[in-house]
Formats: sequence, structure tokens, C-alpha cells
Amino acid sequence: MDVAAATDRPIAIAIMAMGGQGGGVLADWIVALAEAQGWVAQATSVPGVAQRTGATIYYVEIIRAVAGRQPVLSLMPVPGDVDVVIAAELMEAGRAVQRGLVTPDRTVLLASSHRSLAMVEKIKPGDGIADPAPVLAAAGAAAKRFVHADMQALAERAGSVISAALFGALAASGALPFARAAFEETIRAAGVGVAASLAAFALGYDAVRSPVAAAAPAPVEAVAVSGGTAAEQAAFARALQRVAAFPEPARAMLGHGLRRVVDYQDVAYGHEYLDIMDRLLALDSAAENFALTAEAARQVAVALAYDDVIRVADLKTRASRFARVRGEVVAGAGEIVETTEFMHPRMAELCATMPARWGLAVERSRLLTAALRWAFERRRRVRTTTVLGFVPLYLVAGLRPRRRTLLRHQREMAHVRAWLALVERHAPGDCRLAVELLKCRRLVKGYSDTHARGASKFDRVTGAVALLAGRDDAADWIRRLRDAALADAEGKLLDGALATIRTL
Amino acid sequence: MAERSFAREVQDLRLGEGQEFRGEGILAVTKALLQSGVSYVAGYQGAPISHLMDVLADAQGILGELGVHFETSASEAAAASTLAASVMYPVRGAVTWKSTAGTNVACDALSNLASGGVTGGALVVIGEDYGEGSSIMQERTHAFAMKSQIWLLDPRPNLPCIVKAVEDGFALSEASNTPVMLQMRIRACHVHGSFIARDNQRPKFTLKEAVENPVRDVSRIVLPPASFLHEQEKIRTRWPAAVKFIKEHGLNEVMPGDIGEVGIITQGGMYNGVMRALAAFGLADVWGATRIPIYVMNVTYPLVDDELVAFCAGKRAVLMVEEGQPDFLEQALHAILRKADVATRLHGKDVLPMGGEYTPLVLTDGLRKFLAAAMPGVLDGAVTPPDPRPVLADPRVQALATALPARPPSFCTGCPERPIFSAMTLVQQELGQHHVAGDIGCHLFALNEPFNIGATTMGYGLGPSSAAALQVAADKRPIAVMGDGGFWHNGLLSGVGNAVFNKHDGVVVVVDNHYSAATGGQDILSSRAENPSRSTNHPIEDAVRGVGAKWVRRIDRTYDVGKLRDMFREALTTRESGPKFIIASSECMLNRQRREKPLFNSAVKRGERMVRPRFGVDEDVCTGDHACIRLSGCPSLSVKKSADPLKEDPVAAIDTSCVGCGNCGEVAEAAVLCPSFYRADIVLNPTRWDRAVAWLRQAVIGRLQRRRAGRRMAAA
Repeated sequence: MDVAAATDRPIAIAIMAMGGQGGGVLADWIVALAEAQGWVAQATSVPGVAQRTGATIYYVEIIRAVAGRQPVLSLMPVPGDVDVVIAAELMEAGRAVQRGLVTPDRTVLLASSHRSLAMVEKIKPGDGIADPAPVLAAAGAAAKRFVHADMQALAERAGSVISAALFGALAASGALPFARAAFEETIRAAGVGVAASLAAFALGYDAVRSPVAAAAPAPVEAVAVSGGTAAEQAAFARALQRVAAFPEPARAMLGHGLRRVVDYQDVAYGHEYLDIMDRLLALDSAAENFALTAEAARQVAVALAYDDVIRVADLKTRASRFARVRGEVVAGAGEIVETTEFMHPRMAELCATMPARWGLAVERSRLLTAALRWAFERRRRVRTTTVLGFVPLYLVAGLRPRRRTLLRHQREMAHVRAWLALVERHAPGDCRLAVELLKCRRLVKGYSDTHARGASKFDRVTGAVALLAGRDDAADWIRRLRDAALADAEGKLLDGALATIRTL
Repeated sequence: MAERSFAREVQDLRLGEGQEFRGEGILAVTKALLQSGVSYVAGYQGAPISHLMDVLADAQGILGELGVHFETSASEAAAASTLAASVMYPVRGAVTWKSTAGTNVACDALSNLASGGVTGGALVVIGEDYGEGSSIMQERTHAFAMKSQIWLLDPRPNLPCIVKAVEDGFALSEASNTPVMLQMRIRACHVHGSFIARDNQRPKFTLKEAVENPVRDVSRIVLPPASFLHEQEKIRTRWPAAVKFIKEHGLNEVMPGDIGEVGIITQGGMYNGVMRALAAFGLADVWGATRIPIYVMNVTYPLVDDELVAFCAGKRAVLMVEEGQPDFLEQALHAILRKADVATRLHGKDVLPMGGEYTPLVLTDGLRKFLAAAMPGVLDGAVTPPDPRPVLADPRVQALATALPARPPSFCTGCPERPIFSAMTLVQQELGQHHVAGDIGCHLFALNEPFNIGATTMGYGLGPSSAAALQVAADKRPIAVMGDGGFWHNGLLSGVGNAVFNKHDGVVVVVDNHYSAATGGQDILSSRAENPSRSTNHPIEDAVRGVGAKWVRRIDRTYDVGKLRDMFREALTTRESGPKFIIASSECMLNRQRREKPLFNSAVKRGERMVRPRFGVDEDVCTGDHACIRLSGCPSLSVKKSADPLKEDPVAAIDTSCVGCGNCGEVAEAAVLCPSFYRADIVLNPTRWDRAVAWLRQAVIGRLQRRRAGRRMAAA
């Protein structure tokens, strides 16, 4: 007997989604669409616990019905034999490629280019976000046709969910022999959030038919000065001239740095910042393309604009911040937004915010500390949109002019001086090492315990210079140590790396 | 209230003779039960058969019309015991659970049922949780069938065959006085397809008649000497009767093919995979025609020896396609052929892997090896099957191995269980790492990042007893976790009772989210919702105290991380002896949203004043250390590249999926992390008074802000 119509084959569609992304809805739509067109559809899924935020696959096979015959369809995607792969997230597109579901001879890969970060990417103390480039490269290499756009953003713009935008992309891809109208009819028939779904569908459809070019890089900010006295404005103008005098590689970052420290304290502080930068520039050279100065422009500004109570109060009481919050929580025009801050000030912060002498006195006196802790240290919910909540923060922010006299400032400046001294000591002999030492400032961040942990990491990494100085790979070692310190919170990797160094 | 409502699908259960039923495999089973005149159905929810229970729960009306009794059993053991009604009375009963986990629990009752045998058809619908998507140990139900002589059906995975298997199953059970298991693999449970329905049948003999006319027969009871007779009966009477029925009704199928020198013997559930593998070589088509003959075992236990001998006789070689291990079927087949003195060579696990799922690629490779060994040349000129390996070898694709972050399941956005483990993390930062015995349920996700909490998981409701051996004098106390689902399934006795009786000194955390959440949010005894057909609102605390527990603490808002942390500290350090119980209660956020969202939205539509809480992070205050994420792990709390060129590391950000549970803020507060978090209460449809107050506040605040802005020299 010969195998009848062996050429008949179903169209295979795999949907890669995460729990809660509506991958099931998309599969249901495809089934309904096919059945409405007189095709036979079979869909399977393996939700299980993957429903709970994990990655999951929905698989659909459709074939034109033949009277009196039942097709035997696969319950699993067959690697190398899938016509359409729809990925509701970029890394999931990569997973489809890795599973062999995407092959050059057959597969149209429709992916949303947005990222939904996995836990492992989010918990790193540093930057743990995976690089999308390899995924885009692999997808391009494996797919017959690879279409990607931020379907999540499109769906949100339409006030709908990503499955609707992806359904539109599927329609536009032409991978299924059904007209656009048939797709849209399916959405209407389903009857939930029809208008929004159709809007998202249209956006997804257009994104595939006429892909928009990537947005142009943001234009360089123009200098518009407001507020303050004429003297301050003049002083700031001078500061800008000083910046202009710096070599080109450092200029842009210097501009940002200057704005930060001026916003943080005052124009005079901006000039102090530039004084430090002048010193460092003197140690730098065109040969190194002024790498030292460029890096210092960022790190020194961050160090001078350390995070303290005054800064937090300042930022949280600004009009611009009130506006931003409304935007972030998508509050409508007629709606009222009441903001509550979660704060837990401790003795450390209180003392640090006192004039140096008092602060030290209190810290030394066990009795005073205990008394103040009892009176002061507790969690506080501050409602910044009420007058009674706003005013205290406003007053704390008002301490800004006196900041230089406060204990915290003196400690921070001592730390900065020691750090820069170290940098300046090594710059002449090993510029790359000096640059790496500058970058170590990145380790100091956060508040309270987090800040303490970061500071200790900073000390341990920079302290290693003593062991490394003179080696021509000293810079690389410091970089490795810093990366290790940023890889996990407890600093296990850092300990390991330091142990290795001692054996050098 | 279950996570998913089947209000619409339930209407399909009314379909009558000749109408087309479209839907999931597990729904088809439900319809088939009604078509078979079932009298009672019971079971315990769990993937992949949760939907069967959910559908029946939503179908109470129809069940009532047909006089079908439906129970949501307390456990699989309770479900299996329910089949006792079919021992003496001619009533058809069906029970269901996930296997092998549930079958383990049900075994005591199953063994007794199988020993005494049944009068009315007794069907166990098994959700075989094996392979991708499975959440349990990888074992086979086949072993249970063999040890207790319960017949095992493994039908081809399409709706008509599945429906037929249900109807055949009851008949087979009655013909051989033996309970029957119907095995449904994960994908078969969720497969969408269609079949032509028949009318539902009212039970011929009602349960009412049974209760009112009790019958007993001591020879059916598992007690010497009857128990010895039962064993002989199984071998002499029931087994032959079953084989006879299977043959006469052609439960197994032979798919003819022109290449008669070889053949394939497959479990019914593997049939579609085998056909796709054959098609890949051009040896079969999508319409079911095959060139290599196939013997389909829709019944995988017992085997029909002479059918197998007849199929194999005269063939050079056959391939046994048997998913899972050990290779029970292959071994049995070897014995059958040997005894029948049939020389046909038998391949199976030699060309196919012993363990793991038989994916299309695995089957294609196995088939190639089989044909190469059994019939060299048969594949000459055959189509070459699709093969992803060339692409997978591409260095750019290889690079994905390191580029893709793993994405294990975790707690949902706003999950009330997360703060419990945030608090546990904080207390362990103070008191050091402790031994934490896990259980079954959503809380097991604490095993993964960011919490990394939990050492073992021994079974549903067995968390506390799995810490039993560690209840010794030591400087640290063991901690055991158990969910409310596990608590009512088994934990009250095996966990709480056991801990009280043996004077344990450790800490037991009962995670009470008001539902059996992991299986789809079904109601249980302690559910707070009013359920018309079930008795709910029985507090776990009363049960715990009821069996003698003294140190019991309850918290009804798990999001209060600080309070929970203090509770843990007290439990771990108190001088009081005896087990310390902490009942941490807050409603499963998935179900809560499903309940409240529609009400909220309609209220807003009606123009009522509503407040929507949302959380946010002040980007310029956040320093990008991500300690908050390491303590919370909420999906809506993520990181993003900062717009600030001075910030090298991504800052925390909360996306629009936030449900405003407040965990992130509470954690930041309790752990004294940072002041970046804020809660924004959005007042929708504000009253005139709201607007007046807001205007007044803004007037004052705005003035102060303008004052300072005027004095500050700002450059943009």
C-alpha cells in the first residue's frame, strides 16, 4: 500500500511565553481562527507550575480538514519542523532557538524584543542584565525570517495585553493562509476587551508590515540656567568655561558631573569638583586618550554627591518629583495621588546630620546614644503630599547650605581624599591601574548596612593594591576583584579572588 | 472558587447524541463519565487533572440533574476509598488524581479495593505527571497496576479515543470485577480537539437505592481467609476475564502496513509521536496511513499474549516503544515471545533511551537505529527527517548556552508567601542559617533565588514530620514549612499531631493562603470564602490547638515583614518547650485579584470613590544595589538602566503589573534598606472634599517648592 497524500502536512506553531503572559489566550485564538476557517486544529500545553512566572510552551498544529478523515497530529513541537515560533519575550525567543524549534529552511520567528528580567539578572549587586546581542544574532542565524519589535510596549500603548499585539504580528507575517479580517473576527468572537485587543492587534500588525527605525539618540542638552543669584549664575558660567577647556573625551561626562554636584550642593562645590579634576588631568595624557580624566569625571562627581539624609529629603520634596510620581503610577488627570514614603532613620544618620563636634560627642556617649535611639529610631511613614508630612522633609532638605559643617560630610571627604591620594600615587606609574581604582567607587552605594557592606568591599579591593603594585597586570586584577565584588551580595567571590591574589 | 472558571465549558457537558464537543482532553473525560452513566465522582486536584475537578465543581447543576454525587476528597486516599461504593453495589464510580504522587497516597485503599474486587465499574483517571512540565518525581503508574492487578488503559491521545477508553474502562472493570486505571499524560490532558458526543446517561441503579438496601458479603472483605481467595480469584478468574474482554472488544488496535518484515508495538499514548517519527522518513502520513505495521496497546496492563504473538510471528524484528522506566513491557514481551518460541528479534530500550520523555527527536533517532539494525536498506532513498542539529551546531546558537538566564517558576506578583520568606531571611541573618524542611505547594518556590530556603521535600503535608529526626537538643531549632493544602491533606495528623505527641521542639510554619493555591485555587476547609456546596471557614488555628498544640501564633497580614520576623525570632529563641506553630495567613493574590479586580473596576465605572494603591521607586534615590530584590523577588519589582549617565548600575523599578501589596516597602523598612520606595494611593472619582483638601495641600506645598526652586541655581 502506498502512503496516501504523504505531502499533506500541518502548519506547526509554537508559542514561547511566561506564566501570566496570556500565551494560552493566543493559542485559543489561533485554534478558533483555524476552526472558523474550516481547518482542524490541535493545541497542547504543559503549564504545570510554569504557570507561576516560569517559561512555558504552547503548541498548535492546524491542517485543512478532509471529509471523513481524522489527522494524527503531534502533541509536541518537532525540532526542525516548526513553521512559526511566537516568542512573548526576547530571551524566550533565544530558548526556542536553543531547543532547535527555529530552523533556516522553515521557521518564521516572531518575537517581542522587550525584556522581562529573570531573577538571576535582578539580584546581582551590580549590573546582571543579560546582553540581548547574542540572542538577536542566534535568532537571525537560525530563523528563515526573524521579525522582532517591542510588542509589550505596543500592547500597553493600546491598553491591552501582549497576546493581542503578537496575534497581529502573526497575521502580518503571512505565515498562516488566513486574511487579516479573519484574525480580527476571531478577537471579536472571543468578546473580551475587544476594542483594546483590536487596537493592539493593529499596532502589532503594522510593526511587522512597516517596522519603525530605532529611535535616534537623545540630542545633547542645551544649557538653560534658572534660579539663584546673578553671582551664582556667573560662577556657573565660569565653571562651564572651565569644563570647555578640558580635553574632548572627558567633556561630556564633566558636564553631567558638574550639574550633579551643583544640584547637590552649590556652584562653589562645582568649582571644588573642577579643582580636583584639574589635578587629575595634570597626571593624565593624550597617549591614554585621557581615560583617567574621563573616568574621574563620573566617579568623583558621584563621590562628592554622596547619598545622605539631606539629599533624600531634597529629592523627595521637589515639584518635579511629584510630577514624575504621577507619571510612574499612571494617574489620570482628574485623579488625586497621595504619596507615602517608607523611611527608617537610625542613630547613625542622625549623628551624621549633626555638626561634626556634636555628632562625635553623641556617638561617644553611650547614654546619649541610647536615649536618642529610644526617642528617635523607628520606622516612619511620611505622607509627603500632606503639609505635616512635607514640611519636616522640606526642613531637612533646607540643611543643604550647612552640609559642609556636618559630621557625615567630613567623613565622606576624608574617604574621598584617601581614595584620590591612592589614585594619584599610582597614576604616574600605571595609568590603567589608576583608572581601575577610580572605578572602584562604584562599590560604595546604598544606605545603612548596604552602604557599610559596600564600603568594606571598596576597602578590601583597593587595599589589594598593596599586594599588586608593580605587577603589569595589576589593573586587570583590580578589575577582576571589582567584578567579583559586584557579583554577589555576601562577597564570597571577592574572598575567593583575594585568596588567589595572596598566592601570586 | 477555583482559579479558572468553566462556566462556559460546563454547558458543553449537556451536548447530546451527534453533537460535536470541542475542548480539552480532560473535559472530554468529564463528558465521557456522564455518557457512561457514572453515579459518583471524587478526586483530589493536581496538575494535570485539576481541570477535571474544577469542571465538575462548576457543573454541580448538571450533576444534580443526572443524580451524580460529586466529592472534593480530602486526599487521594479518601478518593480511592470512595470507590468502595462499587464493591457491593452495581454503581459506576470514577476518581481522579495526579500520579504517581497521588497514587502513592491512595495505595492503601487501592490495594484493598483490588483485592476484594468490584461489582460496579470502578475507574481511576490518572494524570500521569511525567516529562516536561512535570512537578514531581519521575516514576510510572504501571508498577502500581502490576502489583495490585489493576488494569491500566493508555489510549491514543485524541479525544475520540480518550472518550472510548472511559466507556471501555467501565465495561472492562465490570466484566473482570477489577478496578481500572485510565492513564492520561500531561499533553493529552491539555490537548484541544473534538469528538461526537452521545447523550448523558442517568445511573440505572442509584446510590439512594444502595443506601436504603444495604448488602454485605464477607467474602469481599480483605480478611483471612478471604484475602487468600482474592489472590487466587485475581489469577484464575478476573485476569482471564479481562484478557477475554480486551480481545473480544478489540481494545488494542493493529494498524496494517505493507512492510510486514518489521513492526512497531507502542503504548497508545505514544502513538502520535511514533506516527510523526514514521512520517519524518516518509513511512507514514498525517492521515494515519503507515507502511510499517503498528500494534497499539490502548491497554498496557494486562497484556494480551496471543495478540502480541500473532503480531510478531513471521516478522524479522519489532520495536517496543515504551516511555519511562523500568522497561516492564519490554521484559514482559521478551517472556511472551520466548514462551511462544517466536524468534522475532525485539528492540526497545537498546535503540531508545531507558529514561526520559520520548520526544519526536528521540523517537526519530530510535526508529532510525531500529530500522538500520532490523532491515538495512529500507531507508535508502527515504526522505531525510527534519534535523535541527546543524543549526544547533552554529557557534552563534551555541553561544546561547551562556547567554540565556534560567527562568524557574516563582512566587506571583503580590504573593503573600514571599514576605514570609523575606522575614525568614532576615531572621536567619540575625540567628544564622537553620535547617528548613520544605513541603509541597507554592511555598516550595522559596528553594530558588532569591531566597534559597528549604532543604528537603518529602511529600504533601509531610514538612514537619520530615524534620522529626532533627528534634534533638541543639543550639538551633529546625524549621518546617507546610501549606494549608498540605495541612488538610495530611499535615494535621502526620505533621502537627506527630510533633505534639513526640514533643518536638522545632518551629512549624503553616502558610495559609485560603486555597489549595498551587493546584488552581480550589477551596479547602479553612478557605475564607463562602462556598454553597462545601463547608468552609474552619480556622487552621482551632485545628492545631485541637490536637494539643500550646505555642501557636497567628498573623493575618503576612505583608507585615517586621512583625513576622519578630515572631520567627521568638519561636526560635523562646525557652518554652514543645513545637512552636506560626500560622501565616493572607489570601493568594492570584485569586484575590480575580475576585476583587472586576468589583473594583465596576465600582470605578459607577463613579464611586475608589483608592488604588501602587508602589514605586525614586530612581534618583535608588543606588542600584538591588538588596530590595534579594529580599523580595516580586516579579513586578525589576531593574532598568538608569537615565542618569552617572549611574553605572541599573536601578530598581516597579512595573505596571504591581498590585500594591506593599511587600517591597515593608521589606525596605524592616531591613532598613533605603528610602527609595514610595506608595502612591490613587484616588479615583475623588469627592468634592477630596479635591478641596488636595488643592489646599498643593497650594501650601507648591508655594514652598517654588520658593526653594527660586533660591536654587539650577542648570538643565
